[in-house]
Amino acid sequence: MAATNAGGPVAARAEEIWKVYGSGEAQVVALRGVSAEFGRGRFTAIMGPSGSGKSTLMHCLAGLDTVDKGTVHIGGTEISTLGDKALTRLRRDRIGFIFQQFNLLPTLSAAENITLPLDIAGRKADPQWWDTVIGTVGLKDRLRHRPSQLSGGQQQRVACARALMGRPDVIFADEPTGNLDSRSGGEVLSFLRQSVREHGQTIVMVTHDPVAASYADRVVFLADGSIVDELANPTAETVLDTMKRLDTPSDSVML
Amino acid sequence: MFRATLKSLLARKLRLVLSGLAVILGVMFVSGALVLTDTLNRTFDSIFSDVYAATDVSVTAKPKVEVSEMDGEEVSAPLPASAVETIKTQAGVRSATGRVDADGARVIATDGKVLTSFGPPRIGSNWTGTDEMMEIRSGRGPEAPDEIALNATTAKLAGYAVGDRVPVLTQQPKREFTLVGIWGYTGGRDSISGVQEVAFTTPVAQELMLGEKDVFTSVTVAAADGVTPDQLRDRLAPVLGAGYEVKTGAQLSAEDSASLKEGMGFFNQILLGFAGVALFVGIFLILNTFSIVVAQRTRELALLRAIGASRRQVINSVLVEAVVVGMIASVLGLLAGIGAGAGLGALFSGMSGGMDLAPIGVPLSAVISSFTVGILVTVVAAVMPALRASRIAPVAAMQDVATPDRPLTKLTVAGTVVTAAGAAALGTGLFVASGDSALYLILGGVLVTFIGVALLTPLISRPVVSLLGRLFAWSVPGRLGRLNSGRNPRRTAITAAALMVGIALVTGVTVVMDSAKSSLKAEAARILKAQIMISGDQGGPRPPTYDPAVVDRAEAIPGVRAAAGLYNDLVAIGGERSYIAATEDLSRLAEAYGTTAAKLGADQIAVSAPEAAERNWQAGSQVSIQTSRGEAHTYTVSQVFTEDTLPGSIILPAEAIKGFGITQPVLGFIRLDDGVAVSAVLPQVKALVADSPEVSATDQQTFVDSQAAIFDQIITMIQILLGLAILIAVLGVINTLALSVLERTRELGLLRAVGLGRAQTMRMITVEAVVIAVFGALLGVAVGAGMGSAVARALKDDGITQIVLPWDRMGTYLALAALVGVIAAVLPAIRAARLNVLNAIAHD
Ligand SMILES: Nc1ncnc2c1ncn2[C@@H]1O[C@H](COP(=O)(O)OP(=O)(O)OP(=O)(O)O)[C@@H](O)[C@H]1O
Ligand SMILES: [Mg+2]
Repeated sequence: MAATNAGGPVAARAEEIWKVYGSGEAQVVALRGVSAEFGRGRFTAIMGPSGSGKSTLMHCLAGLDTVDKGTVHIGGTEISTLGDKALTRLRRDRIGFIFQQFNLLPTLSAAENITLPLDIAGRKADPQWWDTVIGTVGLKDRLRHRPSQLSGGQQQRVACARALMGRPDVIFADEPTGNLDSRSGGEVLSFLRQSVREHGQTIVMVTHDPVAASYADRVVFLADGSIVDELANPTAETVLDTMKRLDTPSDSVML
Repeated sequence: MFRATLKSLLARKLRLVLSGLAVILGVMFVSGALVLTDTLNRTFDSIFSDVYAATDVSVTAKPKVEVSEMDGEEVSAPLPASAVETIKTQAGVRSATGRVDADGARVIATDGKVLTSFGPPRIGSNWTGTDEMMEIRSGRGPEAPDEIALNATTAKLAGYAVGDRVPVLTQQPKREFTLVGIWGYTGGRDSISGVQEVAFTTPVAQELMLGEKDVFTSVTVAAADGVTPDQLRDRLAPVLGAGYEVKTGAQLSAEDSASLKEGMGFFNQILLGFAGVALFVGIFLILNTFSIVVAQRTRELALLRAIGASRRQVINSVLVEAVVVGMIASVLGLLAGIGAGAGLGALFSGMSGGMDLAPIGVPLSAVISSFTVGILVTVVAAVMPALRASRIAPVAAMQDVATPDRPLTKLTVAGTVVTAAGAAALGTGLFVASGDSALYLILGGVLVTFIGVALLTPLISRPVVSLLGRLFAWSVPGRLGRLNSGRNPRRTAITAAALMVGIALVTGVTVVMDSAKSSLKAEAARILKAQIMISGDQGGPRPPTYDPAVVDRAEAIPGVRAAAGLYNDLVAIGGERSYIAATEDLSRLAEAYGTTAAKLGADQIAVSAPEAAERNWQAGSQVSIQTSRGEAHTYTVSQVFTEDTLPGSIILPAEAIKGFGITQPVLGFIRLDDGVAVSAVLPQVKALVADSPEVSATDQQTFVDSQAAIFDQIITMIQILLGLAILIAVLGVINTLALSVLERTRELGLLRAVGLGRAQTMRMITVEAVVIAVFGALLGVAVGAGMGSAVARALKDDGITQIVLPWDRMGTYLALAALVGVIAAVLPAIRAARLNVLNAIAHD
């Protein structure tokens, strides 16, 4: 099935994308004709069992990986045809990233890490926006610290601030709270939700955690490289129910 | 465990190659030097056994002045023809041949230039027919006074064929001969080890090469059947008496080869010295590479520990890896060294004019030192960091992503102590001690300071690298590169220190040489009043000379106030060797030189004040001087002159010249009347020396510059040799960078993900390399300038009166270092830019 955005402008769109790794016996089809739209100003979670292709989908959407078939759009730009230079610029200017770990350069301070994409682009941070972001992330007194002097939760918040600072079209987050305890995870997630609600940021987040998914406006379920379900305005319970339902063998047959 | 080690070895091919390369280069230098030395030694042995192969016994007159190999060619004393007759009549003698054999027969080639030689002598001899080693290639031996034969090497170099007219310079001015024959040696050799030979008829050879009739340099004696050379020698020696030396061919060959080896020993030491520098730098490289590699493996080692491997097993695994790498690299290094030794040997034989090189052999010492150096250094380099790694608790190591840098306290303390000790020695040597002890203190101080600074490099690296980095911090890649270079001060420092060693040595030598050069120029400008000089390039052991008649003719040129020639000889005074000068007329020389002095009588000499003081001579002292030829003569010191007002420190009268080894002037001074332009006279003097192609007439400035050119040549030589050490250091920079790129793969992935372009990534790596390289060069230039100044200061009494810091050259070294950084960055930068973003992020 295709996950379509319920009307409204689209920030990122995948159309019938396929991704195949390896060949012959070792061939793995990571994505089999996935179509999905991610609405502007929306917070979408992608869920699914391990190996279902969540990260692959996200990487393809974010221009970190190429698709074998199908097209990917960020805003109005088709990125599946872009070269390395254009993709790099696209990532720099229009996409934000939050990885599960290793988000920060150890040589730079928190503040420098936050402005890194802007610095690379040779742009200056809007001072007002800077204050807003730093205020929301609550890092004012930690800006001069190095990553090694920050806790895991603080590091992830710095990563969020970096992703937000350039006001990208989309922020992609791959299990951003995967390494955090529930409290720090909750802080990061509410912060992400806040940036969607208050500043109209678009976020696509991969997660395993139903609680994390419940912060999103919508959850897309992936299994075996295909989208199998989706859920609007999720709560932890509805997400868990859906996951359970998808886990039963009858559903797999349905695919 | 062993299998895990081997697996990890293979899985890390790049690291393996990089660390192996470091060992290979280090081993290559050491074994190359040893192979070359060994080959040259065997070459010299074979040369001399060839030279004397046809000689049973040789008789010479004892030389008047004993000369060592370092001082130049010995001038044999003439041996009267009557001695040949005496020998012929002795029992056991089959034949005795008088030979004339002297250095200094210089053929003028078809292009009008004198054939030069870089080492082998240019022999003029008498033709005595062919022996069993010689073979006539064309024509015949000389029979008439104006005929000569040449050996094939000389004929080829000069471009002559039988029938050509050949001009030759000897003890006498240029003379032309008809070439009637060309000979070579058995085995298709054109000469024996590149020696140039001209054969005259006996009377001509005696006249031109020895300056006397009926004398020889040696007698070659062949033993009658049943008489061994040793028996013959023992029979002849008592008959001839104490004035003669009687030796067998085998004896002579052993002696000559030993004395040449002694002369070459210096060369060997230089070679080994450079191998030592290369090894020193190579050890830096190996140590650094392994400490990085093991640091990067800390997590892997910790994992092994966590799943139950003991500390010993972990260390053993690293040990096995080091031994495997060390073994393979030592073998490759040894092979490369043999290749390098062979190449250098070929180069050397080419340079010396076609010396036949002995087959390349591999001495045991080369094998032993290769493996000692290769394996030992590698193991020490690898095990030290492994020990450290094994001490970290497994959990800590596994969590720790970026390997922490240990504090530098110990190193700093050690460095400070060593530097202070070196500085103290240096200070004492410079300002307190005197004489030889001062020199040793200064040289020792320089060395110790050097080591101290190397130890302090990590500490210095912090501020300096951050300051240097500021230059590039205007762009994001630049700033990132700067930060990366300051990240592991130890690593940066060792990498830079390796570069420092080479550059410091080059800079040091440059400072000393430039100081010497400028001192010489200043001195010459102060004391030399002659406007036109006659001089030639010192192309070999024998100095260039010119026709003595030129001096009088030059003085006859209108506008010339005085002209004088200078002759040199190596003489014995009271049994000690000493260089002396002579001139036709001291009053003329003084006038040409810009001072006044009286003409010397036939038994009078002039001595400079310091020389007189040293020898405890006063005006009126009686002095016996034995020149290279002729009899010892007693002179009276008639004048004591102020130092530097005349060339040389002991000046003999014209009458002494005929007893000199070289009876022609080696220098000429021409002073003009006031107001006469140099340009008006110089062309006429040039015309006068046209027949003496070894020399040329130049104005004073050109002369001084050409004298100073030797210092530039030394600098160039040192630059080339130390260039090799610098090359290894560059490899070190590449190695460090490549390993750093590997270590920071994930960071690079992140940077690329958030939008750093490929070009920017490359720029980032390049800045890091340039910062490291320039830091090393800066340190090297600073240390080198300091060391050089100290040594120059120590040589003050030896004539280095000025200390010159060659800013232009020092700037060039820095600029070159920056270039080196850029070049070193190319491969790692390409690798970094090519990284697949996703793989890089997932890298562990
Ligand atoms: N570089 C690769 N080469 C080969 N196969 C790959 C590669 N990357 C992913 N795969 C395969 O593609 C499939 C999807 O992988 P993906 O990483 O997208 O899963 P995921 O849903 O993110 O799993 P997880 O929840 O464990 O992170 C998996 O079967 C995986 O083995
Ligand atoms: Mg994943």
